[in-house]
Amino acid sequence: MTSRKHSIKTQALLTAAALLLPLAAQAHKPWLAPSKTVLSVGQWVTVDAAASTVPFVRDHNAMRLDNLAITAPDGRSVAPDNTASGKLRSTFDLQLTQPGTYRIAMLNGGISASWQDNGQTRRYPPRGQPFNTAEFANAVPATATGLKVSQSIGRLETYVTAGKPSVGALKPTGRGLELAPVTAFNDLYVGERATFQLLIDGKPAQGVEVELIADGARYRDAVGEVMLKTDGNGQFSVEWPQPGLYYLSASITDDKAEKPATERRSSYAGVFEVLSP
Amino acid sequence: MKLPSMRNPFSVALCGLTATPALAADLSVTLQVPPIDTAEYHRPYVAVWLEREDRSVASQLALWYQQKRGGPAAAAPPMGPAAEGGTKWLPDLRQWWRRGGREMSLPADGVSGATRAVGEYELSFSQGRAPLGDLAPGAYKLVVEAAREDGGREVLDIPFQWPVKTTTPLKAQGKSELGAVTLLLKP
Repeated sequence: MTSRKHSIKTQALLTAAALLLPLAAQAHKPWLAPSKTVLSVGQWVTVDAAASTVPFVRDHNAMRLDNLAITAPDGRSVAPDNTASGKLRSTFDLQLTQPGTYRIAMLNGGISASWQDNGQTRRYPPRGQPFNTAEFANAVPATATGLKVSQSIGRLETYVTAGKPSVGALKPTGRGLELAPVTAFNDLYVGERATFQLLIDGKPAQGVEVELIADGARYRDAVGEVMLKTDGNGQFSVEWPQPGLYYLSASITDDKAEKPATERRSSYAGVFEVLSP
Repeated sequence: MKLPSMRNPFSVALCGLTATPALAADLSVTLQVPPIDTAEYHRPYVAVWLEREDRSVASQLALWYQQKRGGPAAAAPPMGPAAEGGTKWLPDLRQWWRRGGREMSLPADGVSGATRAVGEYELSFSQGRAPLGDLAPGAYKLVVEAAREDGGREVLDIPFQWPVKTTTPLKAQGKSELGAVTLLLKP
């Protein structure tokens, strides 16, 4: 009993700490839910941001908005309005003052290390704190075994468009996993095949598995995820079974990490709205 | 029926002139805004356009939407001209929006107008004149889309060949937001 209680307490502490590093907890998917994505100039959208086991179900934790980056169609960054964080979801508003496509992105990343010492797993940095190379060197004892230092680059995005879709805000940064439109991100309809291109460091990401989850999983017996794979040009195509929001995600691990990390995990997740024709 | 000779460009030009009866060709659309029994009725937004076979827009024919919003808010919009104007709901004409609506600047001369009450309306268009313009021979679709606040949305289309040799009436029947739509093509 005692040990069980203890583990529940630890779990609670870890969960609380995980709030500080929203994208680190891979078991819970971070998501953005825009109120609409196809709008006219001058309209407002409101976006919810949270992390939960099943995308769009508000039952776990709000997402911090510190790393929110919104790019307007002209390529400039714009600030959200009315930001607020509740227990289960954060929210912000955005007025679409320019014609074209806006990119709403949550960027996360950092370096973390884990090792074994005296039969216990140790980690650096402590959750919620930045990685410091000098501090890290002192943190690992000489008796440590199985040292693993990994870097993560996480990108969560959604897109909203006033008027005609444009690509000014969608230029790849060339860092980590990113998605480029072949079919415009806000021109998606049931019965029409959409094609996108996955990029790693700005180059086609070949043979990567992409997972697609439709909204409404709470009202189904199964999440019903669909697995897709990018081709030799990093492209994949999707046939949308029904209108609604979709959660599309992919991740890859490679050895192109920044020192002192030895492996790098890059992830991309995008939220798309599909309309009925 | 004499074929114009290549050596004589004039005869080609003349032949072009004698073909002018085609320029008088007409296209008229009759559409019904049906009565709908509901506690809160709003007039529908309606768009009428012509699509080519590849679904590109050949011509935007009509758009009925709420151009001004009533009440004090309309007099002093909080931000930007369209912040709460009637254009806010134009993307609800989902097909029209992506088939060029989102690229139009409104109001559009000879195309856009106020929403209409329940009734039957006839819209006439002439070949060579705005907004129909010069419709090249080929296969087209007349598309009529209606969307109503607090109501539904309906899209009807009528495929046709242009031009016609004889007067051709074509028809489609709406089920919810649109009544009968007839397309009358005249040579």
